[in-house]
Amino acid sequence: MDNREVVIRARGLKKTYKDFAAVDGVDFDVYRGEAFGLLGPNGAGKSTTMKMISSVSQRTDGELTILGKEPNTQGPEIRAHLGVVPQKDLLDRELKVWENLFTYGRYFGLSRKWLKTKVDELLEFAQLTEKRNSKADDLSGGMQRRLAIARGLVNEPEILLLDEPTTGLDPQARHILWDRLFRLKEQGVTLVITTHYMDEAEQLCDRLIVMDKGKIMAEGSPASLIKEYSSKEVVEVRFGTDKNESAAKQLEGLGDRIEVLPDRILLYTEKGEELLAKIVDSGLNPITSLVRRSSLEDVFLRLTGRTLVD
Amino acid sequence: MIANAVITQAVALAEKRAQKRGSGVYAGRATVLIERGLYAAKSSNWLVILSGFVEPVLYLMAFGFGIGQLIGDMQDGNGNPVSYAAYIAPALLATSAMNGAIYDATWNVFFKMHFGKIYQVMLSSSLGPLDVALGEIAWALLRGLTYSLGFMAIVVPLGLVTNWWGILAIPAATLIAFAFASLGMAVTSYMKNFQQMNWINFFLLPMFLFSGTFFPVSVYPEWIQMIVKALPLWQGVDLVRSLMLGVLDIGVLWHVLYFVVLIVGGLWFTTTRLRALFMR
Repeated sequence: MDNREVVIRARGLKKTYKDFAAVDGVDFDVYRGEAFGLLGPNGAGKSTTMKMISSVSQRTDGELTILGKEPNTQGPEIRAHLGVVPQKDLLDRELKVWENLFTYGRYFGLSRKWLKTKVDELLEFAQLTEKRNSKADDLSGGMQRRLAIARGLVNEPEILLLDEPTTGLDPQARHILWDRLFRLKEQGVTLVITTHYMDEAEQLCDRLIVMDKGKIMAEGSPASLIKEYSSKEVVEVRFGTDKNESAAKQLEGLGDRIEVLPDRILLYTEKGEELLAKIVDSGLNPITSLVRRSSLEDVFLRLTGRTLVD
Repeated sequence: MIANAVITQAVALAEKRAQKRGSGVYAGRATVLIERGLYAAKSSNWLVILSGFVEPVLYLMAFGFGIGQLIGDMQDGNGNPVSYAAYIAPALLATSAMNGAIYDATWNVFFKMHFGKIYQVMLSSSLGPLDVALGEIAWALLRGLTYSLGFMAIVVPLGLVTNWWGILAIPAATLIAFAFASLGMAVTSYMKNFQQMNWINFFLLPMFLFSGTFFPVSVYPEWIQMIVKALPLWQGVDLVRSLMLGVLDIGVLWHVLYFVVLIVGGLWFTTTRLRALFMR
């Protein structure tokens, strides 16, 4: 593990706005070629961390190096190594699809001739060749996001930063996007992804940190986090809003751990079906019930006592 | 083990630049914003752009040749008679330069900043805030210059420019447009909403009417003259008028200095503000 190249290194990284600590002393390493996730609810400090990595926001305290460079003094050099896909795409609405890529390449000082072939290649990659002369504004949400990713790739970055890449996309568009990101990873691009979607983190990330209130709550691969902080399976039962509390008392002792949410009760266990049978046998009749595999959502709930998307 | 970075074209360019002073704020690529402006302009509404140019021309027709008939001759700085149209033409040229620059540097910048968010994207590339400030200001200045050139193309055939110093009115208009673009973008970068943006227009109209445009400022009491003479449009009107009427003195250089200060100040404030907004 330690033989791998560290491309981003943070130690005690801190960002304070007035007296609010958006990022409150985090340590992490990102290795070359991996997909690294920053997971957490809104306001956890993911985007602020991302902004510091992309060298447009100066840290308040701590250490941060990107490819061995210092963002406070080597901002433009670092940004030349990075591809940035912002949360809201931020495409240039006055320009056509191909012009969005072309002008962005020009911002890096890349030659027109070189960009001509690069733009074609990226349009192909983003499956937007037919849309090259459309206005960026006229594309669907999924296409806009793919264009934003293609734009982030114009300068052939080693590290691609994606801030909530699939928020607001329909399932089909998400899968197309994930597929593109997998391909990039295969080509050796390091991905840094923020998300508040558990399934996305499980699908895409080799390793991730779970953040809450500016701090890191846990770190590891999705599977190891689940193993460490949750059980294999989860039984979800609903008894109706008023009855959950009282039912929970009767469920005490069943399963390894129990979590009562406003709308449902979660029971953590190694064998879900068996547990559900026991619940029914004990005379409790849940309105709905579900046995599922444990997910990162459960890890988060365990760590913070809250669900991710509040 | 810390990674050895891959040297792509973009990285090589940025690293080369890094050895120069000020590389953190300026990548030396302000012209790419003009390039972007040209792509964007292809799809913009040309009627809107044309209307900005037509306005001073209409004033010239109505006041210069209409009301001018009733007024008779004015006097230039040396006391020689000039027609009323020739008297106001330089002022309207300066106004053309101002209008063109102001359109792009205020409302358009405001939209790009708060709705298009294009500066945020530019600053995530290896461009610096001074590239963005200088590039946008230069783009606005081009519109001001275009308006003034168009205006010149009308007043020269009408015989309103009678001496060769008049040629210098074009670089003067460039300077005026540059200064207004710089000031306009600096002010706009501090504006947070539409109401505040409307103050700009509220300020521009009286400045246009009372900056020695249609009558000499000597009609005002001393203290009002002082205020008017501190305004950028009067500085521009007086500069262009001196050149087009061929009445030159050392005052011309003061005007030039005034605009240079405005340009540098505007660039400084815009750059600082862009940093504060998008790189904090």
